[in-house]
Amino acid sequence: MTPKTTKRPDGRANDELREMKAKTGIVKNADGSAMFSFGNTVAIAAVYGPRKLLPQHLQNPEKGKLRCYYDLASFSVTERKKPGPSRRSSEISFVTGKALEPVIRLDNYPNTVIDVYILVLQADASTRCAGINAAAMALANAGIPMDEMVTSVSIGKMGDIIVADLTKEEEDFTIEKNGKEEKAATDIPIAVLSRSKKISLLQLDGKCTKEDVKEAVQLAKKVSSKINQVQMEALKKVK
Amino acid sequence: METSELTKQRIEELLEKGKRLDDRGINDFRDLEIEFEISNKAEGSALVKLGDTQVIAGIKMGIMTPFGDSPDEGVLMVGAELSPLASDRFEMGPPQIESIELARIIDRGIRESHCIDMKKLCITPGEKVWCIYVDLYILNADGNLIDAGNLAAVAALNTAVFPKLDEENKILFGEFTKERFPMKSMPITVTSYKIDSKFLIDPVQQEEDCAKARVSVNMVFGEEEYIHAMQKAGVEALTEEQIVEVMEESSKQGRKLYNAVQAIVNKYNGSKK
Repeated sequence: MTPKTTKRPDGRANDELREMKAKTGIVKNADGSAMFSFGNTVAIAAVYGPRKLLPQHLQNPEKGKLRCYYDLASFSVTERKKPGPSRRSSEISFVTGKALEPVIRLDNYPNTVIDVYILVLQADASTRCAGINAAAMALANAGIPMDEMVTSVSIGKMGDIIVADLTKEEEDFTIEKNGKEEKAATDIPIAVLSRSKKISLLQLDGKCTKEDVKEAVQLAKKVSSKINQVQMEALKKVK
Repeated sequence: METSELTKQRIEELLEKGKRLDDRGINDFRDLEIEFEISNKAEGSALVKLGDTQVIAGIKMGIMTPFGDSPDEGVLMVGAELSPLASDRFEMGPPQIESIELARIIDRGIRESHCIDMKKLCITPGEKVWCIYVDLYILNADGNLIDAGNLAAVAALNTAVFPKLDEENKILFGEFTKERFPMKSMPITVTSYKIDSKFLIDPVQQEEDCAKARVSVNMVFGEEEYIHAMQKAGVEALTEEQIVEVMEESSKQGRKLYNAVQAIVNKYNGSKK
């Protein structure tokens, strides 16, 4: 095997996450809320519900509905983002819901909806992952029974190494090839259920082999317990 | 949650005796706290807490072609998001009149007080000027979003810095100078809410729900004192005497608030030197 040549710009080990911070009880009006950060990426989440789903024709007498809304604050990114939903935020909202849904027993809550609102205050890559981590905590903080926690991390392939918790700088990593700068980073956001270690979110954009994806999933599973530890410590501090 | 008739009655009964649910006087603001650097991607940001009402203001800068009628002046844009994250009263969807009114009242206070020297935001007359975007995000709504929103906006404006420019006057996003905005004053808004025949300021949500009228007064305090924007809203009409009463009290309470915010901002700016 050839030795790996790429180094992470901030000197982290390949499986090292940025400093994580977590806190609950951010939004008093909400039934549950939390903040989760990976280094400079900060997301907050608020949960309202289970509450009556309106208009009534949307109600399902068999099970409740989980709705997620992901949004970037206009000032969370370097160039101002126009407020309001976009195609990107709509898709992230959708996959976030699917990442969380497997652990929530929605059949306990017929005809109702659980709304999860995620707002990214500061973005330095991995925003959907920080959002999912905050949302899972907010759901727990709202007292909604969950089979297990959801943890999320973006795994990346940067040059020839697989690393955990990409920053924006790493996401934009390029190498020189035939005298041209070429994108050499692959972003793979993954959500891992805390106990069963099942995968509830998997996206990928970039270029990598089947082996790379396998290694990425294994790395996500490995670091998920560290994320879960931070989540649980904050949840235990609830007043 | 909607405020019950019983709570409304209780608020009105207390007010008769000059009292409030949380034991404040009728012209007392709740405790004010301001946190800065909410986002390190923003040119400036502030989180204002007035009791349980929490509002974040974030500033981003852009460069644009000036408007034809003011070729040597920068541009200001104020927006407000009443996200359902902050209250079960807010809904997803296009901006409602409540958020538009909120943004417009705050915009007018900042614009009409000329607290920003817009001429200093000109890069090349007729071609390139700075555009200041002030975006307000409500984090938790518990009454008096107008005054809290204005405080967040002025706190962010007074602590923001310019981003760096390259040789062609394009913004180097993510790189900041140490140069603060050309601020000349700090406008303060005080909104009075009329419940029965009495006025009170800085209501919590339940008190706000009892109000039949409100008057916002935006003022700049200096050696002289001027009003730069006002907004009367609500279903009840007011007498001339009532409007005068509101202005007098707003002036008194506004000056106290101005001193408090000025001290917080100066302390922060001092720590950054």
